Amino acid sequence: MIDYKVVQDEEVTVLLDDLLELYGYDFTNYSKASIKRRVNRLFSLDRFPSFAEFRYRIKNDPGYLRRFIEQITVPVTEMFRDPAFYRTLREEVLPILGTYPLIRIWHAGCATGEEVYSMAIMLKEANLLHKSLLYATDINPEVLERARKGIFPLSQMKHYSENYISSGGKNDFSSYYSANYDMAKFDTVLTGKMIFATHNLVSDRSFNEFQLILCRNVLIYFDKDLQARVFQLFDESLDNLGFLALGSKETLRFSAIASKFKQVSAKEKIWRKMA
Amino acid sequence: MEKDGLKKVEAILIGGSAGSLDVILRMLPDLRRDLSLSIIIILHRSTTVDNTLVDLLSSRTSLMVKEAEEKEKILPGIIYIAPPDYHLLVENDRSFSLDFSEKILYSRPAIDVTFQTAADVYKSFLVAILLSGANADGSEGLVAVQNAGGITIVQDPADAEINYMPHQALLKLTPAHIMKKADLAGFINRLPF
Ligand SMILES: C[S@@+](CC[C@H](N)C(=O)[O-])C[C@H]1O[C@@H](n2cnc3c(N)ncnc32)[C@H](O)[C@@H]1O
Repeated sequence: MIDYKVVQDEEVTVLLDDLLELYGYDFTNYSKASIKRRVNRLFSLDRFPSFAEFRYRIKNDPGYLRRFIEQITVPVTEMFRDPAFYRTLREEVLPILGTYPLIRIWHAGCATGEEVYSMAIMLKEANLLHKSLLYATDINPEVLERARKGIFPLSQMKHYSENYISSGGKNDFSSYYSANYDMAKFDTVLTGKMIFATHNLVSDRSFNEFQLILCRNVLIYFDKDLQARVFQLFDESLDNLGFLALGSKETLRFSAIASKFKQVSAKEKIWRKMA
Repeated sequence: MEKDGLKKVEAILIGGSAGSLDVILRMLPDLRRDLSLSIIIILHRSTTVDNTLVDLLSSRTSLMVKEAEEKEKILPGIIYIAPPDYHLLVENDRSFSLDFSEKILYSRPAIDVTFQTAADVYKSFLVAILLSGANADGSEGLVAVQNAGGITIVQDPADAEINYMPHQALLKLTPAHIMKKADLAGFINRLPF
């Protein structure tokens, strides 16, 4: 049983202050309830006898710090999650992107990369992969390392294949990977167009101009102020007429940049920059 | 607004899995129309049925029913439903946040997550009800609500379509009430709010 109440609010604040002071990681504008749950989850999973020891370990063991960052930032993702979203990208966004000589796409907060591989597969099927570059960034270097390898659990492939088909995929999904024991390694043709780099949405600046930015299920962890700052960053990083895609429960509505954007389809969280 | 010297209840949490939707559908029409507390419902369901659940529940009550949105303020007199495939958390400032972390006991939304975070915020001004289901989710959450001083209710296993979920809860705690579905609305209507 995991006890979610051992590390108290004030202690969570102490940890977040440590992270900012010692390592420059700023989690102070994250939604509190989630951070607290993740911190407590880790505290019980790793069986710390006291808060003091937990704190000491985070401050003094770089290996553990990595684990801590990875665990509190929720490195969870799927391929072709929300098939209808991918179908809209496939049918309404990719044909427009296809008119550009070079397509630059930014996956911000890509976790272990399943979303990036999904996109690369769609680009390949639209015959656009050869002129695309997929920038995949995350705050957490560990997940990027895994994303770069393109190796995912074979046990997920049935589910992903179903998602792929409902997103409008026409091929045999298994043609994109080779199975090896219990893992599936994705085609290096896909990986060849990806560029992985750590990027912290809280503190790092815009680094390029894109025709499409995807940032899904990251903003739900940020408070409104931080969301507003990140929207500003995306606006700066998008070409005019570029697209911004968010997670299915996130919205650009109510944000300061909303007036510049037009939602592409009523149901999907995809906007186009109009001015 | 204290009645009979009782402390008022700010929110009611209702969690359930297989066999619990019918219980809720049956209870809703009997709720008083001036119910001035928040109801938060966490149901395990397949990810495909989406807004249809809001419509279905709305058709049974004059209270407002809506899907809980991230950062949304939690207001009295509204029935919120956890969106599919996200965990629903309650923040200190009485707003919702969503979380796409690992499933818990094969469930997202997990009843435990909402119950635990709500217990932290509402403390003793909270009622948590766990209904029928074929999964052990919810018991830990009920324990959290109980430890925070809230009122816990488990559907009588004999009255539940699938008794596993209530049963698991009863192994973990002695709730304030073990209740039949027919008695839920009456109980809620008498709560001080
Ligand atoms: C729930 S995952 C979402 C993954 C994927 N986009 C999806 O929707 O399936 C959230 C990701 O956001 C990343 N993240 C959290 N804070 C971040 C920040 N400040 N800058 C960049 N990435 C961040 C986490 O490391 C994690 O990989």
